[in-house]
Amino acid sequence: MQSIHVRTTINGQAAEFLCEPRQSLLEVLRDVLRLTGTKEGCNDGNCGACTVEMDGRIVPACLVLGAEAEGADILTIEGIAEGSALHELQNAFLEGAALQCGVCTPGFIVASKSLLESNPDPSEEEIRFWLANNLCRCTGYDKIVRSVQAAAGKMQQETTS
Amino acid sequence: MSTSTAEPTSTSAAPADKSSNGAPRRDGYEPNMVLATQTFDVVGTRPVRHDGADKVTGRALYGADLALAGTLHGAILRSPHAHARIRSIDTSRAEQMDGVHAVVTADDLPEAEDKLVDVGEGDTRLSYVHGNVLAKGKVLYQGHAVAGVAARNQHVALEAANAIVVDYEPLPSYMTAPEAMAPDAELLHSDLRMKEFGEQTDKPSNVAEHFHWTAGDVAEGFAASDVVVERTFDTSTVHQGYIEPHNVTALWNHDGRLHIWCSTQGAFVVRDVTSKILEVPVSNIKVTPMEIGGGFGGKIPVYMEPVAALLSRKTGRPVKIVMSREDVFTGTGPTPGSHSRVKVGASADGKIQAMEATLAYEAGAYPGSFVAPGGMCVFAAYDCANLSVDCYDVVVNKPSSAAYRAPGATQAAFAAEQVIDEIASKLGLDPVDFRLRNAAKEGTRRADGPKFRRIGCEEVLQAVRDHPHYAAPLTGPNQGRGVAVGFWFNVGLESSCTLNVNTDGTVHLVEGSTDIGGTRTSIAMQAAEVLGIAAEEILPEVVDTDSVGFTSVTGGSRTTFATGWAAHDAAQKIVAEMRARAAKLWSVEADQVQHAKGVYSSNGNSIAFRDLAAMSSKTGGPVSATATVKPRGVGGSFSANIVDVEVDPETGKVEILRFTAVQDVGKAVHPSYVEGQMQGGSVQGIGWALNEEYFMGADGTMKNSSLLDYRMPTTLDLPMIDTCIVEVANPGHPFGVRGVGEANIVPPPAAIANAIHRAVGARMQRLPMSPPAVWAEVAGS
Repeated sequence: MQSIHVRTTINGQAAEFLCEPRQSLLEVLRDVLRLTGTKEGCNDGNCGACTVEMDGRIVPACLVLGAEAEGADILTIEGIAEGSALHELQNAFLEGAALQCGVCTPGFIVASKSLLESNPDPSEEEIRFWLANNLCRCTGYDKIVRSVQAAAGKMQQETTS
Repeated sequence: MSTSTAEPTSTSAAPADKSSNGAPRRDGYEPNMVLATQTFDVVGTRPVRHDGADKVTGRALYGADLALAGTLHGAILRSPHAHARIRSIDTSRAEQMDGVHAVVTADDLPEAEDKLVDVGEGDTRLSYVHGNVLAKGKVLYQGHAVAGVAARNQHVALEAANAIVVDYEPLPSYMTAPEAMAPDAELLHSDLRMKEFGEQTDKPSNVAEHFHWTAGDVAEGFAASDVVVERTFDTSTVHQGYIEPHNVTALWNHDGRLHIWCSTQGAFVVRDVTSKILEVPVSNIKVTPMEIGGGFGGKIPVYMEPVAALLSRKTGRPVKIVMSREDVFTGTGPTPGSHSRVKVGASADGKIQAMEATLAYEAGAYPGSFVAPGGMCVFAAYDCANLSVDCYDVVVNKPSSAAYRAPGATQAAFAAEQVIDEIASKLGLDPVDFRLRNAAKEGTRRADGPKFRRIGCEEVLQAVRDHPHYAAPLTGPNQGRGVAVGFWFNVGLESSCTLNVNTDGTVHLVEGSTDIGGTRTSIAMQAAEVLGIAAEEILPEVVDTDSVGFTSVTGGSRTTFATGWAAHDAAQKIVAEMRARAAKLWSVEADQVQHAKGVYSSNGNSIAFRDLAAMSSKTGGPVSATATVKPRGVGGSFSANIVDVEVDPETGKVEILRFTAVQDVGKAVHPSYVEGQMQGGSVQGIGWALNEEYFMGADGTMKNSSLLDYRMPTTLDLPMIDTCIVEVANPGHPFGVRGVGEANIVPPPAAIANAIHRAVGARMQRLPMSPPAVWAEVAGS
């Protein structure tokens, strides 16, 4: 099968790759670029484990073709922490015990970051609505929702102080 | 609030004192409370987990993330039929495809010897495990593995699998226990003979085993009852629903050593079962457990490991296979659907006089449905002298069932706890008060024989009664509040742990229990408590089967209990050694050295653990200790729920308004992770109650094998899940631990059914209580 040459930006760095037309962005991230932090739970857009940000919108990477990433700006879980400092959401997930097995966590963190960028002070209902495409089977979501609330509080304190 | 044994102490570290709109919680209660009975320095605190940074940055390596050089990718061909004879398998076209390296079928497996094999939580016949790995002669369910392919990449592997031609002769299929038990039902296994009352009979049957337990005289008990309620119940097959699909990489090296990397709850189970299936000595197999993305019991069985190993042997290269979500639904262990009958009688004074149950569970394609544990748990919360329990383990044409969090107990509680509720109503008694009057306690004899040691059934029910939720008013029409209680034994099994003291005063902890929800930390905390150092100064590592002593599955709520106990014992050995080292320094006898909170002292001398560790080279060399345990002091766990629902009578949709989980965990080593287990188990129970089911077509195939259609609970379906941790210390464990992983899934379906009944008067006798089912009951009542 003829490979396609794709130029894109991933986590702020220019990235180039070759992919087959049938390969999804998820497959490219994981198998070609070895960015395995983005997880596969269903490969049909229904679990949210592969959530990445693409040109400012969150998408399930399994429903995007690798070839569609041409010219796009993509953020994955590997690009959330800044240098050696964890993002407030990552800290809040650890402090708030918001993960058990951890396999859904990258998707939740990427999706939550996108929420807090558009809505820095979300209500519980708004958090629940935003994260409804991300499945977690371990936690019952309670500590995830609370951790997003905690991170929002911290991030607001930082911007006002 | 208080209970007879406990004072409220610490509460959640989470920012929990406000609801989402910033207003104070509605009645001033704490959403997560701990009724602690004993405090320690480390045990009972909430440190950040040791593997946390890896898991929030995407760095943690799960099985599907592994990429060894030269890896081939595999795919499994699965049966499209629920029940069929395999006339022939033609792999020639697949083998000739470009990029295909090998194909295997059941013919590549050694013949299964007729013997028993320990599959992690009990024994089963090797031929059944064998037959489930690759079907031989017959397929017994849609999704049954028939062949494996290794190819250049997963796309080619999938295409090749689909190019294998299997000639099937379809056979009649049976989807439920009553169908398969019918006298004229065709046999799934021609060689299956029913085991009855512990004896092997020569009766050919789809009933693999019939258990019967009795105590007292139920006829007399019913005769002495003023109220008797008898009902039948059915529950659908549901899946554990872990987000990470099963995966394996196998490398059968040219030196004959087989190395397996996989997502499993028990690396040693994978090693031992694979060894038996492939007839390779255990010493030739090394299993590396990768990070595991959920299991809940469903990642105990061995599915693809032997197939990947055979493909690797044929090709001389590593072979990796990752299941699709559809493979997970149709090819791996769901938990059994059930059909049950429960009859309970009570006298006007509110005492239960007799309890009788018949449980028939769908084992799936091979025997072993966990119906017996269901029967042991069905009336475990009650102190009643007259008991009769019959259990039937029935093979049907569904995937071979696997453990799912307190396996067997939830189906049983769905039946029993509704009948109990109905009796309480008929007697005009408060449902919690009625349960308390009849609660099991130390010395109560369970239906299957054993007498309870110290248990927390009463304390859990008292905590329910005293919880602010139980007194809070409901606020609208079609709302109802339900309660239910459930039980799970927990298990001990076997664990090993090694501690290596570093010269900077930290300690490496080596263990073999897959960490599925923070157990690296809960185990490390127990070692830290004994050593008198911080949890963060213990560095836990889950290692492969070559690098640690035998350790049983992460299952049965046993990991914090048993592997934590091994860590405790190893730490005690370290303390003894450190006392000897200090004694050497001070030229005294070891028994003259005292240890408290990480400080060693004698006659005015004292030295901290860290400083003593730094001197290990001068005091006799490295300090290291290993302990192994096979604990006997297992403490069972009771769990109860208070749930408020609102039923939409127009659509039948049930909304959970408020949910409180109460559980006796013995001692909460890490209360945040204990709360997490209670919340997670509760929500799995809510999904089981309201939505989840294997929707089977008339042809016996699953029609909803995607996460869209299977519909597990999402954030939007749920409120916060409040928890109340009850600590009735288990006298059988050094820190009083019972285990927390499982009992919490037992009461939710029954509690929700009771709430629905109180809301709209409908008695729900079938799971799931999905909108159409509830609507039909409401319309009919």
